Parts: sequence; C-alpha cells; structure tokens
Amino acid sequence: MSKQPILEIKNLHAGVENKKILKGFSLTINAGEVHALMGLNGSGKSTLAAILAGRDGYEVTEGTVNYLGKDLLELDPEERAREGVFLAFQYPVEIPGVNSTYFLKAALNEIRKSKGQSELDAIEFLALVKDKIKLLELNEDLLKRSVNEGFSGGEKKRAEIFQMAVLEPKLAILDETDSGLDIDALKIVSSGVNKLRRPDSCQLVITHYQRLLNHIVPDFVHVMADGRIVKSGGKELALELEANGYDGILKNL
Amino acid sequence: MSTATDTIESLVKQEYKYGFVTDVETESTPPGLSEETIRHISAKKKEPTWLTDWRIKAFQYWQKMPEPTWQFVKYPPIDFQAISYFSQPMPKANAPKSLDEVDPKLLETYEKLGIPLRERGRLAGVAVDAIFDSVSVGTTYREDLAKKGIIFCSFSEAVHEHPEIVKKYLGSVVPYTDNYYAALNSAVFTDGSFCYIPKGVRCPMELSTYFRINAAKSGQFERTLIVADEGASVSYLEGCTAPMRDENQLHAAVVELVALDHAEIKYSTVQNWYPGDENGVGGIYNFVTKRGLCKGKNSRITWTQVETGSAITWKYPSCILLGDGSKGEFYSVAVVNNMQQADTGTKMIHIGKNTKSTIVSKGISAGRGQNSYRGLVEIRKSAENARNFSQCDSMLIGAKCGAHTFPYIEVKNTTASVEHEASTSKIGEDQIFYCNARGLSTQDAVNMIVNGFCKEVFKELPMEFAVEAQKLLGVSLEGSVG
Repeated sequence: MSKQPILEIKNLHAGVENKKILKGFSLTINAGEVHALMGLNGSGKSTLAAILAGRDGYEVTEGTVNYLGKDLLELDPEERAREGVFLAFQYPVEIPGVNSTYFLKAALNEIRKSKGQSELDAIEFLALVKDKIKLLELNEDLLKRSVNEGFSGGEKKRAEIFQMAVLEPKLAILDETDSGLDIDALKIVSSGVNKLRRPDSCQLVITHYQRLLNHIVPDFVHVMADGRIVKSGGKELALELEANGYDGILKNL
Repeated sequence: MSTATDTIESLVKQEYKYGFVTDVETESTPPGLSEETIRHISAKKKEPTWLTDWRIKAFQYWQKMPEPTWQFVKYPPIDFQAISYFSQPMPKANAPKSLDEVDPKLLETYEKLGIPLRERGRLAGVAVDAIFDSVSVGTTYREDLAKKGIIFCSFSEAVHEHPEIVKKYLGSVVPYTDNYYAALNSAVFTDGSFCYIPKGVRCPMELSTYFRINAAKSGQFERTLIVADEGASVSYLEGCTAPMRDENQLHAAVVELVALDHAEIKYSTVQNWYPGDENGVGGIYNFVTKRGLCKGKNSRITWTQVETGSAITWKYPSCILLGDGSKGEFYSVAVVNNMQQADTGTKMIHIGKNTKSTIVSKGISAGRGQNSYRGLVEIRKSAENARNFSQCDSMLIGAKCGAHTFPYIEVKNTTASVEHEASTSKIGEDQIFYCNARGLSTQDAVNMIVNGFCKEVFKELPMEFAVEAQKLLGVSLEGSVG
C-alpha cells in the first residue's frame, strides 16, 4: 500500500506579534504513522500544536499546511475538529457545571453531523462510551463529573485520551501529554494511545522527555530547535537524546 | 482584539423580543400623586374603607421618608408626580364574566407572549393570572382549583371576596413602614395576584402571574399575597415583559408569602422587563420588595429568580425563618448587559431553632453592565443551631463590566454555623477554544459555559420555567445524560 499523507507542513513561518517562533518548519505524516516531536522548552513545539488546532493570536507569515487535501489554515478550529483534527491539551481547561458526558456527546454529534451521519442519542452514546472506558481502563466516575473540574493533573490527561478514543480523530496531536504525570499515569495514558493506533490515522506526540517514548513507540523522532526540525530519525534518535542530551545533539549538527 | 470576544459580545446582544405595544384604548389617571389620587384608585376599585385608610396611612408615611441612596446603582431622580398611577384597558359597559368576553386584543397580546389564556391552547398544568398594566385581565383554571378549596384570583377580587384573609395577612410580612418603595406600593397598588392554599392541600398545578406593562408614562405597582396553610404546598411562577420605550418606567411591586406549619412555597421568577437600549436609554426600574415568612414550624420557602431584564434591578427576595426547623432558600441568576445595573440578593433572618438557609447566587456581567450581590445572613439570639450556606459566583464577559459582592453576616448565637463561598471568573477564551477544538461552535460553547455556570439555579426551576429561562439566556439546557 502506498503511503497516504494526512498532514503535510511545508516551510511554515509563524509567530505572535513581533516575535517569530516557527522558522521554516516542515513535516509530513502519513496514515498509520506515529511521529514524536522533541525539543527544549521554547523551541516552538506547543506553538506548532496551537497553530495546527487553530488557536487565535498566531500569525502565519509563510508556508502551507495541507491536511487531507485541504488548506488547514483556512479552516476555523471547530471545522478542523469536525474534519478529524484532535489536540490533546497540555493544560486541559475546566468547564464547571458542564457534564463530561454531555460535553463529549455534543462534540461527537457535531463531528457526525458534519460527516452526514445521524446523531447518537443518549443511550447509543452511553453504550459507546462504556466500551471506550473499558478499553482505556478508566473509572466510570469520570463521566459523571463536570469537564475537567477538580480533576488531578493525571485525571485531566486521561480524560483527554478518553475524548480522543471517543472522537476517533484522523490526526491526533498530543501536546506534552506526559508532563505532570507519575509513572503509573504515564503507563495508562500511553497504553491508551497505543490502543488507539489505527492504520488510517496518525499521531503527533509532542514531548520534552524521552521517557514517554519508552511506552509509546514512534515510527519517527524529530528534534526541534529554534522553530524548525534540526534532526530526524527512527526511535533510536530518542535513545541518543537520552544518552547525550539536547546539547550533545545540537552541538553535532 | 480577538474574534472569540467579539462573538461573545454579539451573542449577548440579543434583541428584545417582547417590545411590541398593544393598541387598546386605555383609561389612565393623569400623572400625579396625592391623597386624592389614592382615593380615586381606591374608589375606582370600590374598596372597603379599611383598605383606603391603610393606603392613606402608607402614603403619609411615605411622604416623610427619604429616598434611599445606599444601593450600588445610578439613575437620575425619579419624578413621582410624572407617573400615572392607574391605567387599564377601557372597560366595556359590562365587566367580562369569563375569559371569552375579554377584549380579543388583550388575549392576542398574551398569546404573542406565549401565554395563551383561552381554554383551547392554554398551558397545561399552569394556571395563569394575567396582569395588564394596573389590572388583572383574567385568571385561568380558577374553577378547577376552587374544587380543591384553592383560591387563585386577582388581588382586587380577593379584597371583595375574601376580605378576612386579605385583612389578616396584608402588610404582615412587608409592612408599609418597611422601605420607601414598599410604602409607595402600599399607597398606590392597583392589582396583583392572590392565592390561598387550604390546610393539607398540595396545589395540583403551577400557579403563575404574568405581568405586562403596556401603557406609556405609567408605573406598575402590584401586590401579590400567597398564603399556604398548615401542610399545604404550592409552586408559583412569575413572568414579566414590557414594550420598548425611551422613557424609564417604574415597577415597584410587593410580594408577601406566608407559610404556616409544614407548608411549602416555591416562588420562581423569570424577569424580562425591557432593559433599555445599548446606550442605556429607556427600560424598567424594577424596585421590588419580596419577602416570605416561614411562620410555622418546619415550613419552607424557596425563591428562585432568573433576572435578565430591567434597566435597574433592585430587590432582595428574603425569608424570615420564624418557625422552628423552617428552611429558606434563594437561588438566583442575574444577568446584566449593555448599561444594565443590578443590585440584588437576599436576606435570611434566622429566629426559630434549627432553622436552615441556603443562598446560591450567580451573577453574569456583560457589556458595560454592573452586577452586585448584596446579602444578609442574620442569626438572632433565639436561633439555636441555625445553619446557613451561601455561595456567590460572578462571571464576567468582556472587559468593561463589573461584578461586586456585599455580604453581611450578623451572628448572635454561638451554636450557629455560617458558610460563605465566593468566586469570580471570566468566561475564558481558553474555555471557548477548548470547546472549538472539540468541534463545538463558539455560540454553542458560550451557551454551554454560561449554562454550566447557572446549573445549580436552573435545576431549581419548574420545568415550564426552565424552558423559558433557557430561551431568555439564549442557551440550551443540558440533557439529562450522565
């Protein structure tokens, strides 16, 4: 089977007011692949995630982002989500008083509507959700609570992965999902991510630390510095990073 | 600048849908206020002497009172001589005996407002007393209720038909000496609703009053009295709208509730008076005194209010917890937008032993609106083991609005437990983006966030009103999933 590109980023330059952050970022991700994007704080990893998801406040000055044949940058954030782009937030947001199940049902039905599928009713949705809860070995209590309200750091990240499981994105971007997780939570989150790998979708795993990659095995590892990818390789690149640190890699460029 | 904030602002700028004027011939007293005006109103309503005298006493008292200025709202001085104190649709030669004989234009008005009064198409399970300017135009389901011994009629009728109850309770919870606007109301009130639930009767349907101000340059001064006898219970709803006019109109009502032993009264309000335009021109001054007396042991009074309208809202639905073991509750959502101002909250006065009160207040400020919560929790010496819980949350939408909290706590008994929680949040672009990133439009996101914020209050509303409240805020209520 020939490789089917899902995301093609070419020479992307972007930033916030008066400050360039991405300086010629290029990356292609094909169906079925998991890419890890690593880099020091401030290298532009989270900016990339925010731009891909469509957050306000960034200006793209050059370059293109092609997503399944569409110009991704032309779409509103909600349109991107409906087209299958999913961002697992580094800092998931609390929405007090809004039930998690209700929220997720509304989200899934928006996606289904845009695909011309019928909306799921409460009963159908609950059945789906229970399946996914089991798959990810999560506590059902999660469903009864308000969106992220009063969740621990670990619970928030697990809830993000749970949303990802229900929404079944084509492109999942995990923005430092490992930050703030203890080792048990890290295992649960990564096993969830591994279970959600599908041949027709792809994942971009953004992380600062190599340790996540002991659990999520990527097909490709990219090292980012000063707004672009400076080195790419297989999973062994992550180990090299572990051994020599970012300094070691950046020095040898 | 960000598009998310713009969208929020355009969302809260909803057009006022009830601003039309009904073209009926009206009979109004000329503007002005004097003993003569009051005698005129009283004579017009063929009132007994005791009531006329009571009005005059109230008026004389009012004349000596200074206009209050402590509230956190601003408005130019009100010219009480420029208001017409009585306005009614021109009566036909014979007063209508049933709703079928009421002027079709009036019936149409209520139909337009979503409150059909005619037998066909009436709201199922809700009895409505419709007040148009100064008078009641009709009350539905009266006969059905009468079979259970429940009296539900206009205040004027009650004065004639049930004078002993009216005389016993009128002014017993809110005396005319209470405050400036209560005194004014006592002097000039024109109509309102009256309700009596006899011993042991649970009212089988929601009772409701729909207030409509129509005439220009008039004020609305109505009085509501609800008495729940021993073991009785009732759920009461109140709705209000007015035409869009450039002048400010005064609405100064008094609501008195009395709950005897083991009785329960649930009083819910969806207040949607005309709020004035974007620049603060026009709109209703809603200066209302609402108070419930938990007179009997283990009685319970619950106030739930959703305040979205009025140029100025100034009211504190309160509970006097006199009976041992009685409970008072106050659930409130107050929304201000554009130039609207609200100074609202509650008073919980604990007198009896083991009395409990709960206060949940949600203030939402948008545009240049100013929203204040003001609440008093008073535990008197006699109130052994009194409990209070208060929660006051404010949400700000945009950068030009304000939220203020003025809590007063007076405790004179050491066995009391009083809790107060407060929070202020800004509807965040983060929250909206999070929803966007899950496929929800910004409008749906705002609806969902505001709804979540108000959830604890909405769940206290009766079903029919929950729907109304939902329409008012332009939000869809959450499903029961989960």
